[in-house]
Amino acid sequence: MHKESDIRIPLILGDKSYRDITDDIIRPIESKAPKGWYILISICGLFALWGIGCIVYLLGTGIGTWGLNKSVEWAWDITNFVWWVGIGHAGTLISAVLLLFRQKWRMAINRAAEAMTIFAVMMAGLFPLIHMGRLWVGYWVFPLPNQFGSMWVNFNSPLLWDVFAISTYFSVGLVFWYIGLIPDFATIRDRVTKPMSKKVYSILSFGWTGGAKAWNRFEIVSLVLAGLATPLVFSVHSIVSFDFATSVIPGWHTTIFPPYFVAGAVFSGFAMVQTLMLILRKAFKLEAYLHTKHVEYMNIVIITTGSIVGVAYITELFISWYSGVEYEAYAFLNRATGPYWWAYWSMMTCNVISPQLFWFKKLRTNLTFTFIMSIIVNIGMWFERFVIIVTSIHRDYVPSSWTYFHPTWVDIGVYVGTLGVFGVLYLLFARYFPVMPIAELKTILKSSGQNFKQGYGHGAGYWDKHAHHGHDDHSHAHVETHEVETPVIEKTIEEVTSPEVEAAKEVTTSTLEDNNDLKLFERIGTATESEKDDLKKISGIGPVLESKLNDIGIFTIAQISKLTKEDYEILNALTDSSTAKAENDDWAGQATQLMNEN
Amino acid sequence: MADKVIYAMYDDDDTTKDAAKLLVAKGVHVSEVYSPFPIHGIDPIIGVKHTRLGINAFLYGITGLMLAMITIRYMMIVDWPMNIGGKPNFDFFHNMPSFVPILFEFTVLCAAHGMAFTYFLRNKTLPGMPARNPDPRTTDDRFVIELKLEDNHGFSAEELTALCKQTEIVEIEEKVIK
Repeated sequence: MHKESDIRIPLILGDKSYRDITDDIIRPIESKAPKGWYILISICGLFALWGIGCIVYLLGTGIGTWGLNKSVEWAWDITNFVWWVGIGHAGTLISAVLLLFRQKWRMAINRAAEAMTIFAVMMAGLFPLIHMGRLWVGYWVFPLPNQFGSMWVNFNSPLLWDVFAISTYFSVGLVFWYIGLIPDFATIRDRVTKPMSKKVYSILSFGWTGGAKAWNRFEIVSLVLAGLATPLVFSVHSIVSFDFATSVIPGWHTTIFPPYFVAGAVFSGFAMVQTLMLILRKAFKLEAYLHTKHVEYMNIVIITTGSIVGVAYITELFISWYSGVEYEAYAFLNRATGPYWWAYWSMMTCNVISPQLFWFKKLRTNLTFTFIMSIIVNIGMWFERFVIIVTSIHRDYVPSSWTYFHPTWVDIGVYVGTLGVFGVLYLLFARYFPVMPIAELKTILKSSGQNFKQGYGHGAGYWDKHAHHGHDDHSHAHVETHEVETPVIEKTIEEVTSPEVEAAKEVTTSTLEDNNDLKLFERIGTATESEKDDLKKISGIGPVLESKLNDIGIFTIAQISKLTKEDYEILNALTDSSTAKAENDDWAGQATQLMNEN
Repeated sequence: MADKVIYAMYDDDDTTKDAAKLLVAKGVHVSEVYSPFPIHGIDPIIGVKHTRLGINAFLYGITGLMLAMITIRYMMIVDWPMNIGGKPNFDFFHNMPSFVPILFEFTVLCAAHGMAFTYFLRNKTLPGMPARNPDPRTTDDRFVIELKLEDNHGFSAEELTALCKQTEIVEIEEKVIK
């Protein structure tokens, strides 16, 4: 087991055991769905029905029901397609790229982000299918033997590349997600009591047993799939950008499209993850697993990719002038100052300017602000695709073909419908699937759990015992017999009888003024009455205890968050209250959570 | 012939690892360890060999690449050559650059799905398979070491139980399987 540096903020807050992790993640599945869930799924369901209605009407009547015209022959449909595919990029990035980089914080979000990816790609795939006009011959995009003189699909075409890229991405993403879900389904299978649920989850869990060999394979499969999915995720949006970049339309014919589309996709994907996860953590009370630090990490990704996108916009603008191609120059001038100036400047504001606010730590650690920003970014990224697609083609070469695109109610209906279907799928996922990887979270509990890092509760004394065996895992690949002769095992949860406790006991008999000399305050830091927080927010601390703590010199929640088991002993001696109570109520854990909620 | 199996249960991954070390050092063959999450470092102790699934994935990938090349060559060069934007269509090699995206995608598709399918088969995890973990708690917070009498000829059931009791077990169970 690898010991993580103390200065790293714990990824799992509070005093958690393995059992607690299982309980916390499965609780929403086992308990009844809250009223809010039913309300949300009804709203999303209505939107979905409306969207399906629009699609049926569209198929029955024809693409003419969209607002397309002779110049703008691609508009909302492809905008929505690229937008949804872009959103679908965060999931695989989180689960594959961050896995390769060993970013443990991804475990709070990877399951839900992958689900988001899969549903988003489903929504994306719908648009090209509809745009083909005849949905029922959609399989013609695959190279199948046929009776048209055996006419094959064109392997030179970016549109066919897209077919392969999106379908590979979708199916590999689905498999990756499902392999991770199997052990967690097994956990649910072994817990639920209702016969129906038991049956369903035992089918879903594929008879997972959790043997050592199975876990060995599990880890390698995850790693290799991550290795395969990493170039895949970059290839998918690169290929989506080829749909435009390989054409000769000014404004589309741009070599920086692939990297710029990928950065934009990650940007919008993370924004969508923020939107969904900030709601999910609150609704399911998962604040201990997904706290401010996780949100901050994601905001750092958003600011990075947002800046890349910003640089790309400006490069594009510069090159259009520098290239000396007047059509190219006009396309960009027209974007910024033509009839679609409002779309261009909404895109610029939402994607380039607003994410820069995340340079302020106060803002990027503020959850409400992050939530608002995530929605702004998603709006901005929709406009980006709209701007690229529509403004480049709405003024065709001959001024007589200059047009303006007006969406019809079918355009809007289909888009809103996909949002609805996505919402329904996501809500079903949140209700019946484990929204965080239970097994994976357990693997980081000892290295990144607050109780283990600070040595209290379930983690009391763990690293004191194991610190010296830090590299045990690899060096002891084979067992040496002589080592085992000595009795390795003996429960040694030591009674805390350090000199500090003795000192504290003496202090109670003398004066309380000397308290600041105690080592206690070296650990938790001092505070004055002016900084006083309401300590009663912590369950287990009443008004009496609060005033006693104030007398000692503990005024702030921040101080309490740093308390360890030893400190509880000292406080016990000082306040004549029960140590066990402070420990059971987990004051430090509660305090850390309170700090994170602000 | 009926065989006896001993299940020693632990409540922590580190104690499980220590126990496995002790048992193996005494010459006991550990047939399986059930855990709710991967215990890092236990495989070499109980003699689980490193999986070859990675090699599998590579082979599936190569197969996919070959298949894609053969198919595309047949369709684009042999069967119905098309002049598309003046791209060379007289042989595979000259036309290949514009086939790269699909060659790549198909390689990944085959590698990923081939490996996933092999993984399901080798783990015997398929829809409808019964769960074979000895105790439902092993997918929650319990760890079980499984010892088969059949694999440990030098020991009697009592001796094995006694050895297990030297470790930090929380529960021990003996079962007869047919």
